[in-house]
Amino acid sequence: MSFEIPADLRYLDSHEWVRTTDGSATIGISDFAQDELGDVVFVELPAEGDEISADDDFAVVESIKAVSDIYAPVSGTVTAVNETLLDEPELINEDPYGEGWLVEIDLTDESELEDLLDADAYAEQIE
Amino acid sequence: MPVPAFGMSRQTPLYQRHTDRGARFTDFGGWEMPVEFDSIRDEHDSVRETVGKFDVSHMGEIELGGPDAPELLQRLTTNDVSGLDPGEAQYTAITDADGIMLEDTVVYRLPDGETYLFVPNAGHDEAMAERCAWIREEWDLEATVDNATTDWAMLAVQGPDAIDRFEAVAGSPFDLGRFEIGERELSGVDCLVASTGYTGERGFEILAPWGDAPTVWDAFDCQPCGLGSRDTLRMEMGFLLSGQDFDPEDEPRDPFSAGLGFVVDLDTEFVGRDALEAVYEEGPTAEFVGVKLIDRGIPRHGHPITTPAGEEIGHVTSGTMSPTLGDPIGLGYVDSEHASADTLVRVVVRGEPKKARIRTTPFVDR
Repeated sequence: MSFEIPADLRYLDSHEWVRTTDGSATIGISDFAQDELGDVVFVELPAEGDEISADDDFAVVESIKAVSDIYAPVSGTVTAVNETLLDEPELINEDPYGEGWLVEIDLTDESELEDLLDADAYAEQIE
Repeated sequence: MPVPAFGMSRQTPLYQRHTDRGARFTDFGGWEMPVEFDSIRDEHDSVRETVGKFDVSHMGEIELGGPDAPELLQRLTTNDVSGLDPGEAQYTAITDADGIMLEDTVVYRLPDGETYLFVPNAGHDEAMAERCAWIREEWDLEATVDNATTDWAMLAVQGPDAIDRFEAVAGSPFDLGRFEIGERELSGVDCLVASTGYTGERGFEILAPWGDAPTVWDAFDCQPCGLGSRDTLRMEMGFLLSGQDFDPEDEPRDPFSAGLGFVVDLDTEFVGRDALEAVYEEGPTAEFVGVKLIDRGIPRHGHPITTPAGEEIGHVTSGTMSPTLGDPIGLGYVDSEHASADTLVRVVVRGEPKKARIRTTPFVDR
């Protein structure tokens, strides 16, 4: 099975992705992660204004069979949460890099991005 | 992410079929079993709406024969086996001397009338064969005990269309009543077919000779289902899962607390009888109940159940988002005084108390 791994994103080895634009970052989980979890049925997200820290868990995604903590690839202040997921958690399965995004944050320290995997390194890891 | 534990796992005779079909595997009771073929939701819906097939060859089979086989089973199990006619099956429990459940199982009296067969839960076959041998020794019985787990593959075909599928494959009407077992030929293979299951739907289970399992599996052209949907289907019905809803180490429960009082016959002599008579007379202190969340969240194994004031009264042993209802449901134990239907409680999910109600099972009408 092959998984989509967009080249313009950075990844954490625990299968979260981050997309950056001008000091803000969007975070979600990878195609591989949603496939491993199976049917996503519940999402618990932080609130706007919450601080999240790199490598700490900040959200929970539950499928029918499993509960998974989601880790922050980078640190920052939450500026938006994807509230659509509360009613349509299946968007994570259907569009993990698009409508299935979890939160948007203001980056605290852009240098943290350098510690993340690029698409090639992440692809190697899930092989 | 859960990591499958490979290595020493046992494989069913359908392992290659499942691999070819792209199944995702998990270790269950020491067996490498398909957890999901397509999606748990799709597999679940197939069984509720049409038909699905399961490989349940991880279930053990112990065969008992000889003149004292009925007495051995009477000593082993809590229910009364003396009323079983040839071709009949019975749900029952196996307890230790303290009345703690070791197994829930089905005892079949095979159509020959001589042989009895029961199906221990996955990975318990050796322990149960030893237990039978111990009872034989202890009460000086004349009986044979044969662990036939790898002689028999077990398949389940379940769903509203299951009976039609049977008749198409067998070329004869499905004439087994509830909890009956008969010899039937399926695709040229001599099988035992029983009108039993674990989903709440109409359907049947097949015992097929180990090596012939692929032939029988292929004869039923329908959605293959893994242990994931087997779990959600049984949870909607409030059926117990060994090792999770009861376990002699981690969740020691007597059959009355586990809702299985109907399989305990105190007029028979079995291991644990005296302990269970005491439970019966005093009433169980905790009861197995359903719980449905009102707030957002999903009850999961180990979550505490409290009163609205926060007093702990029990815990969840199984839970999921019900695919049929779209509601978060759980099973678990609460103190008897809080066990009546509709009681408002809290399920503590990751430290947060969530509003919930006690429910009688099944959660779905069947």
